[in-house]
Amino acid sequence: MAAGNTGIIRLGGAEKQFGAATLDVVRLDGAEKHFGAVRALGGVDFHVGPGECVGLVGHNGAGKSTLMHMVAGTLTPDSGTIGVHGVIEENYSVSRAQQLGIRCVFQELSLCPNLSVAENTRINHASLSGFGWRRKAAELIAAKLDEIFPDHGISAWDIVGDLSIGRRQMVEVARAFTVTQDRLDLVILDEPTSSLDAHTAGQLLAFVRRFVAGGKSCILISHVLGEVLRNADRIVVMRDGKMVASDAAGAFDRDRLVTVMGGAEARQKTAAQAAAAKPGASPLRVRARPAGQTDGKELVARAGEIIGLAGLAGHGQTDLLLRIFGATARAKAGIEVTAPVALVAGDRQSDGIFPQWSIAQNIGIRSLARLRNGLLISPRREAELADAWKKKIGIRTPDMDNNIFSLSGGNQQKALFARALGSDAEIVLMDDPMRGVDIGTKLEVYDLVREEAGRGRTFLWYTTETEELDNCDHIYVFKNGRIVANLTRDELTEEKIIQSSFGDAA
Amino acid sequence: MTATPIDNGFKGSAARNAAARARLLRALLPALSLALVLAAIAWLNPRAISYFGFSLMLNLAIPIALATIAQMFVIAGNELDLSIGTFVGFVGCVTATWLKDAPLIGVLILAGSIGIYALLGALIHLRNLPSIVVTLGMSFVWQGLAILVLPKPGGKAPDWLLAIMSFKPLFIPFPIIAALLIAAVVHFGLMRTSYGVILRGSGGNPAALRRAGWSLLKTKIVLFALAGLFGVLSGMALIGITTSADANIGNGYTLLAIAGVILGGGEFVGGRVSPIGAVIGALTLALAASPLLTFMHIPPDWQVAANGAILIIVLAARVLISRRER
Repeated sequence: MAAGNTGIIRLGGAEKQFGAATLDVVRLDGAEKHFGAVRALGGVDFHVGPGECVGLVGHNGAGKSTLMHMVAGTLTPDSGTIGVHGVIEENYSVSRAQQLGIRCVFQELSLCPNLSVAENTRINHASLSGFGWRRKAAELIAAKLDEIFPDHGISAWDIVGDLSIGRRQMVEVARAFTVTQDRLDLVILDEPTSSLDAHTAGQLLAFVRRFVAGGKSCILISHVLGEVLRNADRIVVMRDGKMVASDAAGAFDRDRLVTVMGGAEARQKTAAQAAAAKPGASPLRVRARPAGQTDGKELVARAGEIIGLAGLAGHGQTDLLLRIFGATARAKAGIEVTAPVALVAGDRQSDGIFPQWSIAQNIGIRSLARLRNGLLISPRREAELADAWKKKIGIRTPDMDNNIFSLSGGNQQKALFARALGSDAEIVLMDDPMRGVDIGTKLEVYDLVREEAGRGRTFLWYTTETEELDNCDHIYVFKNGRIVANLTRDELTEEKIIQSSFGDAA
Repeated sequence: MTATPIDNGFKGSAARNAAARARLLRALLPALSLALVLAAIAWLNPRAISYFGFSLMLNLAIPIALATIAQMFVIAGNELDLSIGTFVGFVGCVTATWLKDAPLIGVLILAGSIGIYALLGALIHLRNLPSIVVTLGMSFVWQGLAILVLPKPGGKAPDWLLAIMSFKPLFIPFPIIAALLIAAVVHFGLMRTSYGVILRGSGGNPAALRRAGWSLLKTKIVLFALAGLFGVLSGMALIGITTSADANIGNGYTLLAIAGVILGGGEFVGGRVSPIGAVIGALTLALAASPLLTFMHIPPDWQVAANGAILIIVLAARVLISRRER
C-alpha cells in the first residue's frame, strides 16, 4: 500500500510538469471537500488517461461519489484544481463538463418517467430540435441500445414509467453514450449494473471494453469486485476520503482489494468489555426474518444485547427495522417481538423531528401515556422528563422549551435518543442515527447505549460506519435484502464485513 | 438499491403490452365519458343532436376549454393555479371596457397581465413558494382589479369579437371546430415540439432536467406565461359570447378548469397531462353542467353537485383501471 501511494505522488509530480503533453482526460489535484464538519474528501489526486478504464472501489462513505460529482461538475472542490484535456478549468460546471465530453450516469435514475425513451434522449441533447427531431432522437437511442444491448426489446416510443427498472437502467446507460454535437471522451458509470441481470450486465461491460479500445475513457464504480477486476485497466481504492491505492488491475486480486479497502491493521476493540455474553440466559426480545430470506437465517436479539446490522447501504437493513417496528402494531409473518419498541430515525429532518415543537415536546411525544394528567398532558411531568434527560444525555441548551431547531445537529439527535430511551421501550431500533454527528456526541451516545444495554434494554443498530459495530455483541451482515453473515463480536473484522457484503456469489 | 433482475423478453413485453393497453384505456376514458353524456342527451332529447342544438349546448364550452388548457400548463409543471377563474373575470371586464373603448390600452393591459403570470412563475420558482398560496392570494387581486375596472355589471364586447364568436360555419357547429383547433394546436406545441418535451420533463423529473443543463426558472416562466395567455383567450371568448361583463363572471372557472384537466387524464404531479384530454374533459363538464341536467329536469341548484358526481365516477373508473394495471 505504501509503495502504491508513493508511486502515485511521484507519477503525479511528473505528470504535473508535462501535463499538457500527456493530456489526461480529467485530472484533479489536491481536491478537498467538506460538508459542515465532515470531511468527505481530503486532498485527492485523481486522473484518467485516454483509452483507460479506471475502476473505483471503496466502502460506504469512502468519498467515491463526492469525487465523481466533482468530475461531472455537480460539486465544486473547496480547494484543489480540476483540469480537463490538459487545461485547468476555473468555472467548471455540468454544462461545461458536457461540452468537454464528460458524461455521468448517476446511481439514482435521472430519466423523466412521464416521457418516452426518445423524448428522454432529447433532454440530454440541445441540438435535437427543429423539424424531424422526434425521428432523429428515436433513431439515435435505438441505434445505441442495439449496439450495447442487442435484443433489448425496448421501443423508442415506450413511456419510461412503463419500463422495468432494469430496462430503465439500460436506457439511461445507452443515453449517456449517444453523441450529437458535443464530443464524448469520458463516461462515468456509477453502479451501472445494480439493476441488470448477469446477461445484460455482461453486454454492458463488453461494450465498455470496446469503447475504451476505441481510445475513449471510462470510470467504473461497482460493488461487485469481480466486475471491476475483470474490466478495469487501473483500479483506484478510496477510504475515508483519501485515495489509498492506485495500481494496474492486474496487480490486485479480490483479497488484496478487500484488504486495502478495509485497512490491513487489526482494529483495536475499544468497546467496553462488559459483554459478559449470556446467550440463552436472558429472555428473547426479537426474532425476525427478512422478507426476502430464502434460507433459514434469522435475526435473534435477547434482552441486554446490542445487535449490529451491517452491510452496504440500502441492502434491506432499514426495511427490516421498519418491519420489526410495524410488527408491534400488527403481527407480521416471520417476526416476533416481545416488548415495547422505539425507533431512532436516521433521517432526523424528515422522519424524526417535529419542527414546530420545543425540545421538551419532541422528547415527550413517545411517552404521552405516562405524562398524562387526566385527559390532558401535564406540562410539569413533561418538563421533568425533559430535564432528567437533558442532564443524563447532556443536551446543550439553556432552556428545554426552546424550539428543537435551536439545537445543533448532534444535539437534535441526542433529543431523539432521549425520546426513545425516556420511553417504556425495551427494544430500541436505531436506523443509522449517527450520520453527520460529531465525534464527541457519538462517544457520549455509545456510552449511553452500552449503559442502557447493561440494564437489560435491547438495541438493534443499523450503521454504515464499521467502527460503530465494535459496540455490538452480535453483527448480522445484509446483502440484497437478506442476511448473508452472522458474526459474533470476537469474529468481527472490517475485512469480514466487506468480504460478506461484496460477495460475488450470484 | 437491491438488484432486481430484469424480466426476460417474453414476460417483459407481455407486461409492457398490458401497461400500454391500460394506458390506452385510460387515454380513451375522457372520450368515453363524453360519448356517454352525449348518448344520454340524445336519448333524453333527440332534437338536441343537431347543428343548432350543439351550437347552443356547447356555446360556453370554448371559454371553459381555454381556461382548462391554461390550468393544464400550470399542472404540467407540478403547480396549481387557484386564480384562473377570477383572472378570466378580470380579462372579461377589461375586454368589455378598455379593449372596446381604447383598444391599444386594452391590448397593453392584457399583455401586461400575461407578464404578471410569467413573473408569478418566476417568483414561485425562485422563492420556492407553494403555488396554491401565491395563486390563492392573486385570485383576490384579480377580483379586486376586475371590480375596479367594472364596478357594476355592464360594458360591451368589441364588435369584431362578437363577430368571431357568432361565426356560423357550414355543417359543423363553431364550438366543435374551435375545440378541435385548440386541442390540435396545444397538442402539437406541448406534445410534439422539442421544447414541449422540456416543459413536460420539468414536471416529470426536475432534478434530471437541471442536471442536463436546462433552466427550471425558464420552464416555469414559460408554463405560467402560457397559462396567462390562454386565460386571456378564455376571458375574451367568454365576453364574445355573453356580450357584456361582470366582475364575478369567471369565478366558477377555477374548479371547472382543474376538474377538466383531471377528467381529461391529467395528474396533479409528474407532468402527466393531455391537451386533447383536457379539451374533451372541458366539453364533458360543459355538457353535463346545464344541457343534460335541464333535459333531465334537474333544477340548476343541483348542477354543481352533478358536476362533482361525474368527476367522482370518472376518477373511480380511472383508479380501477390503474389498479388492474398492477
